[in-house]
Amino acid sequence: MTETSLTCIICPMGCPITVRLEGDSVIKITGNTCKRGAAYAESEVCRPVRTLTTTMRCEDGQMLSVKTRQPIPRQHLADCMRLINAHTVPLPVSVGDVLLKDVFGSDIVATENKSALAAAGALPMGLIH
Amino acid sequence: MTDLVIIGGGPAGMGAAVAAYESGIRDILILERDEHLGGILQQCIHNGFGLHRFGEELTGPEYAWKYEQQIKEYQIPVKYKTMVLSLSPEKEITASNAEEGIFTIRAKAVVLAMGCRERPRGALNIPGTRPVGIYSAGTAQKLVNRKGYLPGKEVVILGSGDIGLIMARRMTLEGAHVRAVCELLPYSGGLARNIAQCLDDFGIPLKLSHTVVQIHGKERLTGVTIAKTDEKRRPIPGTGEYVPCDTLLLSVGLIPENELTLQAGIPTDPVTGGAVVNQDRQTEIPGIFSCGNVLHVHDLVDFVSLEAEIAGKSAAAYIRGQLVRECSIPVFTDDKIRYAVPQKITRLEDTTLYFRVGSRYRNVKFRVMGTGNGEHSRNVYEELYSVKKYRAAPGEMETIKIKKELLSGISELKLILEETPT
Amino acid sequence: MYDVAIIGAGVTGGMLARTLAAYELDICILEKENDVAMGTSRANSGIVHAGYDAENGTLKARLNVRGSEMMEEIAGQLGVPYSRNGSLVAGFHEEDTETIRALYHRGVKNGVKQLRILDGKEARQLEPGLSEAVTCALYAPTCAIICPYELTVAAVGNAMDNGAELLLNFHTAQIARRDGYYEIAEKDSVTGRRIRAKYVINAAGLHADEVAGLAGDNSVRIRPRRGEYLLLDRECGGLLSHTVFRTPSKKGKGILATPTVDGNLLLGPTSTDLDDKADTATTAEGLAQITEHAHETLKHVPLNKVITSFCGLRAVGNTGDFIIHSPFPGFVNAAGIESPGLTAAPAIAEYIALLLEGQGLVLHKKADWQPLRRPVYAFRQASVEEKNQIIRRDKAYGHVVCRCETVTEGEILAAIRTNPPARDLDGIKRRTRAQMGRCQGGFCMPYIAELLAGELGIPFGKVTKCGPGSEISIGPTKGQ
Repeated sequence: MTETSLTCIICPMGCPITVRLEGDSVIKITGNTCKRGAAYAESEVCRPVRTLTTTMRCEDGQMLSVKTRQPIPRQHLADCMRLINAHTVPLPVSVGDVLLKDVFGSDIVATENKSALAAAGALPMGLIH
Repeated sequence: MTDLVIIGGGPAGMGAAVAAYESGIRDILILERDEHLGGILQQCIHNGFGLHRFGEELTGPEYAWKYEQQIKEYQIPVKYKTMVLSLSPEKEITASNAEEGIFTIRAKAVVLAMGCRERPRGALNIPGTRPVGIYSAGTAQKLVNRKGYLPGKEVVILGSGDIGLIMARRMTLEGAHVRAVCELLPYSGGLARNIAQCLDDFGIPLKLSHTVVQIHGKERLTGVTIAKTDEKRRPIPGTGEYVPCDTLLLSVGLIPENELTLQAGIPTDPVTGGAVVNQDRQTEIPGIFSCGNVLHVHDLVDFVSLEAEIAGKSAAAYIRGQLVRECSIPVFTDDKIRYAVPQKITRLEDTTLYFRVGSRYRNVKFRVMGTGNGEHSRNVYEELYSVKKYRAAPGEMETIKIKKELLSGISELKLILEETPT
Repeated sequence: MYDVAIIGAGVTGGMLARTLAAYELDICILEKENDVAMGTSRANSGIVHAGYDAENGTLKARLNVRGSEMMEEIAGQLGVPYSRNGSLVAGFHEEDTETIRALYHRGVKNGVKQLRILDGKEARQLEPGLSEAVTCALYAPTCAIICPYELTVAAVGNAMDNGAELLLNFHTAQIARRDGYYEIAEKDSVTGRRIRAKYVINAAGLHADEVAGLAGDNSVRIRPRRGEYLLLDRECGGLLSHTVFRTPSKKGKGILATPTVDGNLLLGPTSTDLDDKADTATTAEGLAQITEHAHETLKHVPLNKVITSFCGLRAVGNTGDFIIHSPFPGFVNAAGIESPGLTAAPAIAEYIALLLEGQGLVLHKKADWQPLRRPVYAFRQASVEEKNQIIRRDKAYGHVVCRCETVTEGEILAAIRTNPPARDLDGIKRRTRAQMGRCQGGFCMPYIAELLAGELGIPFGKVTKCGPGSEISIGPTKGQ
């Protein structure tokens, strides 16, 4: 039997959770204050996942904030970044638009609205070189 | 004359505007210095926002968008790229923008929602040169997230506040190498979950009781000397260690932007740096309200929104002449609790106090003490109510609800922290 | 072929260029940095000294008093804020009283007007911020304050408006004496610029000895002396109206406290002799010394209002006096221009112009010489009505970019478009104060960088803090 201590990252409460394991199976979870915490602790011990939030470059050079719609395996964060970085986004974009499909089990979606700089009438030179 | 002018279009300003509109006020104007609403949320592209307020986990821009949609739907006017230059106690606001030049607006009510700024290097007085590569964490966040440029490759972060932790992860994801996060104190000021998912996930060392004592480099930063600190937060001689780096990010505290507040002669709280307010978030000048990070620095935008809604509703009531309340009970704290907001409360309704402890504690009891005339003899505090907590830390804002029933005959409140034996 | 080449765009070189640009002369200023006022003129106390410090009969004494007389008019012509706030030399005990008497007599001999000796009470009546420990003081009503880099920027700008050329990033590496002229080559082998000039003035500040050496004169020695400062928020400027010195002792002149023309409170400088002419690092000891001394002089020092610390290097010569001489025909050293160099700068320029004339330079006044600098930054001082007129003409003046110091986009663009053009973030800061306030650029720096990128036609990430090597970014994210 082993015990693993972790900090819950589901919400900003950051509960300290202890997971008791027998082999690969979870025996007991303590320290959580909600069900989501227990679910997180189990997944964190068996198969840790993270929501990735980052940016993508738009076709005109602007930056667009994006995220994985679902959490993806933690070990693939860097691979997912490489994939996202290799793409540029055509404009305009609205919150929730799918930008890339099924990347490590999740779509990449826009988390903000963006229209082309030229359309917005502003052209900060520094951004488009 | 405008009914309600809101200074700042970040989460606090938007929340107040929406609440005032929903309370029946139609003549509202938001003055925003940037070219978009949302304030600093626009560069906070990480998630963790909205669980309390919307019951779902949102990124900063998504959270801002929820409010922006309502502002648009209600057709609340916003003047963008507009800087407020002055505010008078008579609620006369002078502002400037490119289209209108310098202009003056008179308002029946004003909501202060200017947010906060980061403490810069200068305030820390770190000896050494002045090369490029030293940024406050928020400035670096803007460079990376909004401009799409990386300040450097080898990074040291001073201060383990949440922005510092978030930037440690962000810089790592963008290909930089974060060598260490140094924290002057023996504990982090950031949320526990951010230490887990921003540092631990990427193997970034958190060096507690460490600070930067020297900056090196001529044009560009070439390194910093870090040293251990003693219990009085002073560097310990002989513990200096040179860390080569091209970027130093500072996450060493936020300061509410209260220059306008002070200019209007509104009394402020020396601990929060923000205005002294009552349960309506009304300042000592009737009709001027304050909410969000300009009032006191929050760690969750959800709480900013809640506070903004109180301010917006109260401003609406004030404009209609309905905000006539007895609100005379001052709230004090002991030396283990840094401050509590609001600083004055009423006995006519329930009030939630927001407060921060001054150090790290385990197994504490927060005790609401009261004194007064009548059944309570003056200057002798009696416990009215208490709650137990497993732990408390300066980085995590606490709340406690005060039921109005408790307050009859009470003329002063004091919130104290008691450590209970484990 | 230029008539005159000036090496170094500090206050000495700048004021000289401005003086000579009044005549029918082709002038160039060679500056090794990315902007003017990058050496001693960037970071000093900004005091226009009355003139009681320098020993009787020295060049320092003569040019100080003359410069102090000239400065107000020149500042007015150049549109540089100048305030004759008066100074006090504070004494704490009997020994100080004697020193103050000696200073008084020296000042009178040097030609300083209106000097008076006060007792502690009189001094505190004049300056309520003074510590109770002050027992006597020398009062010099002619002492003034000015911003050293604004003066330098304005002087070079006015010289350029009158035809002088400024070559930046020109690091002088060779000076060859030819027949009737000098040939000067820069260090950079890529651009490899070379210029020729009939007359050369060495105003290279800390590096004046090296430049003299390049020309073949090895008599000049310059040592850098470090001076560290603390700058306090504008909330504190009102604590003091006069410039307050400590009585000089064997340990040096000590820490002064002064309001600045921008309304901040400035404390400093320390005084440490160094070997490295590039060592502008502040030190923990230095900053501690400043606060200790300030507490002795002033009643109240609000150290929680410190917004920044900085360090300047003073160019200390090997003669004790200014070194202004001509080792070869057509070549003039203006070296060892330590304090009161800022004050003396207009007088040094006048003195050197006469020296050159004596060597055959023809000083023939330009018919269209413009002594007034175009009033670029008048926006700051304008009334609301005037400001709105300006905004109607140019909308950019309505957009406030730097909130802490209330600096508009119009002023920032003007700084980039006006002689000498700002080419980096620090250049904008020195010209407009944007990024100099409480937040130190935390909010406005990215926007200012965008304006610079647009005006200079370079990518955002290539904008520099203070010239090549100080780019704000190592490149775009996404590995692109």
